[in-house]
Amino acid sequence: MENLGLIFAPLFSYKLLIVLFFGTIFGLILGVLPGLGPTTGGALILPFTMTLDPLSAIVLLTAIYCAGTYGGAITAILINTPGTPAAAATCLDGYPLAQKGEAGRALGMATVSSVIGGIASVIVLIFFAPLLANLAYEFGQPEYFALAIFGLTMLASIGEGSPIKNLIAGAFGILISTVGKDFMTSIDRFTFGINELTEGIGFIPVVVGLFAISEMLTQSTLINQIFNRVALKAVKLPSIDDYKKTWKTIIRSSGIGSFIGVLPAEGGTVASLIGYAEAKRWSKKPEDFGKGSIEGIAGAEAANNAATGGAMVPTLALGIPGSATTAVILTGLIIHGVRPGPDLFREQPEFLYGIFGSMLIANILFFVLGFFGAKIFARITLVPNKLLWPMIFAVSVCGTYSLNQSIIDVWLMLLFGVIGFFMRRYGFSVVPVIIGLILGELVEGTLRQSLVIFDGNWLMFLQRPIALTFFVLSLIALSFPLIKRKK
Amino acid sequence: MNDVHNEKGTNKSLSLFFKSSFIVSAVIIVISSILLYFTFTFDIVPPILNRGIQPATFPKALLILIITLTLLTYFISLKKPWKSEKKLPNSFYITLLSFVVFITVSKFLDFFLGIALLSIIVSYFWGERRVTYLIMVSIIFPLIVFVFFETILGLRFPPGIITNLYYG
Repeated sequence: MENLGLIFAPLFSYKLLIVLFFGTIFGLILGVLPGLGPTTGGALILPFTMTLDPLSAIVLLTAIYCAGTYGGAITAILINTPGTPAAAATCLDGYPLAQKGEAGRALGMATVSSVIGGIASVIVLIFFAPLLANLAYEFGQPEYFALAIFGLTMLASIGEGSPIKNLIAGAFGILISTVGKDFMTSIDRFTFGINELTEGIGFIPVVVGLFAISEMLTQSTLINQIFNRVALKAVKLPSIDDYKKTWKTIIRSSGIGSFIGVLPAEGGTVASLIGYAEAKRWSKKPEDFGKGSIEGIAGAEAANNAATGGAMVPTLALGIPGSATTAVILTGLIIHGVRPGPDLFREQPEFLYGIFGSMLIANILFFVLGFFGAKIFARITLVPNKLLWPMIFAVSVCGTYSLNQSIIDVWLMLLFGVIGFFMRRYGFSVVPVIIGLILGELVEGTLRQSLVIFDGNWLMFLQRPIALTFFVLSLIALSFPLIKRKK
Repeated sequence: MNDVHNEKGTNKSLSLFFKSSFIVSAVIIVISSILLYFTFTFDIVPPILNRGIQPATFPKALLILIITLTLLTYFISLKKPWKSEKKLPNSFYITLLSFVVFITVSKFLDFFLGIALLSIIVSYFWGERRVTYLIMVSIIFPLIVFVFFETILGLRFPPGIITNLYYG
């Protein structure tokens, strides 16, 4: 707690403020453009962060994360297409309200509830992450293995879509991480004689492929789609009456979003759907939902932005990403030589609290920019896909090539783009692949080291109380969809 | 989502083998089986160097898990069929083809030329007919990106007929 004062450090660094400003603008643009979003944008910007110091790089990525999550609401309300998957629930009431000529009111409520949700979640992050990091001191290899398994099972059970398909996707992600030289014995695995594969498959080609290139292929099937755009005059701050109607919803959704964010899953997407459903359940007028309910917008937006801070908790405290975008941020940390985990809290508090402070400022910045600039950001959606996507392709190719200067990485990116397209087409989420890829080395490494400690006796996992708790929680997580289906 | 319909109602006349759940499951299982076969070709380390398990054990376990879960998904789909999507339009296949063009051109001719060709193909077949916009998207924008990466990140792009001219 003695480090709390460090939160304000970014305010006194003009360099960080500039990075935050551009990160927020870039995040808003990415959030507004359907099909892009903070995950793809973060992955594309990752090579550029190499020109920055580690703190500036992570601040840039977190600003993109916070602003990008909010930016999706602008498109959801004005053209009934979520800019990001996390804004899907916002469409349900945002667009009908905009059609009634109240686009400014809808955007005002989305902006205010997003900021409150976002700030609430950063407060959760500030207080909860150090506690979790302290707990992690008790963890050895078996506990980390059990924790990673728990993370993957949670992803399967509360992620979007079929739990079994999510598990398949997660296992596929871990399988990708096994390509290359085995890090313990230097034996080649799945390299097929290709030298470039001995170092393994990088994170960037997979992320850019699964998100950007697969989305490009998806957009190629929608070129005749016509968006019905609602005109926006100005964003309006919510009235006293609107606040009276929604304050409980905003607080509830902020709590839901922060909690869901902490769990390794699809973060904002799931949080907004649950936040929306709970807002409807507790509303005095549930019949208004889907017809332009202001509570619906508040419930969805507070929850999806609250998930941002929540998802950063396991990412920073344990090195286990809470969402696809935090997986990109985690990669950014690793690329810059920062190892997340309890030691980071002890050894580099100024770095961590700098991130916390920057996330708070990013939330305030996107409030200001969103409030005064939503009209301008909304115009970005006027850029036709026939021009936008070839440009995104050029950036994706150069960005992917730049990290290792490897043409194989570019081809892998295209391959994963095609795989990602068909995965999404047949109901497999691509997010578990990313999380699996990130967790793969941890899962295998901790398993093998645990077996060395246990002298090959698997049953000894059950003699470790923390590991056993995570295994039991994993079983509960796996059986949760079955219980839900029976209900 | 309007273009999504349930297979149960519409594909009754189709044989089992044409159902997307069957095709997707079959593709996953065949690829996983091939990869599983390759795991048996991995080198085996002597017991003294063996860290807990053999290097092939973990991928093997993953592939068996994937195959088992895929079979489970398929059997569930017999009771609860997957939603089937509309037929893919020509624009999808052209975009896919443009990837092949990009790979071929960037490998044998020039990386920049590959990007420019893909951009012009995609933009044109997605409906752009204005020449200035086609030039902007296929030449000017990639050039800006190219120069930006080259100067800011100090990146050296692979040699090719155009890139060599740039590097002199």
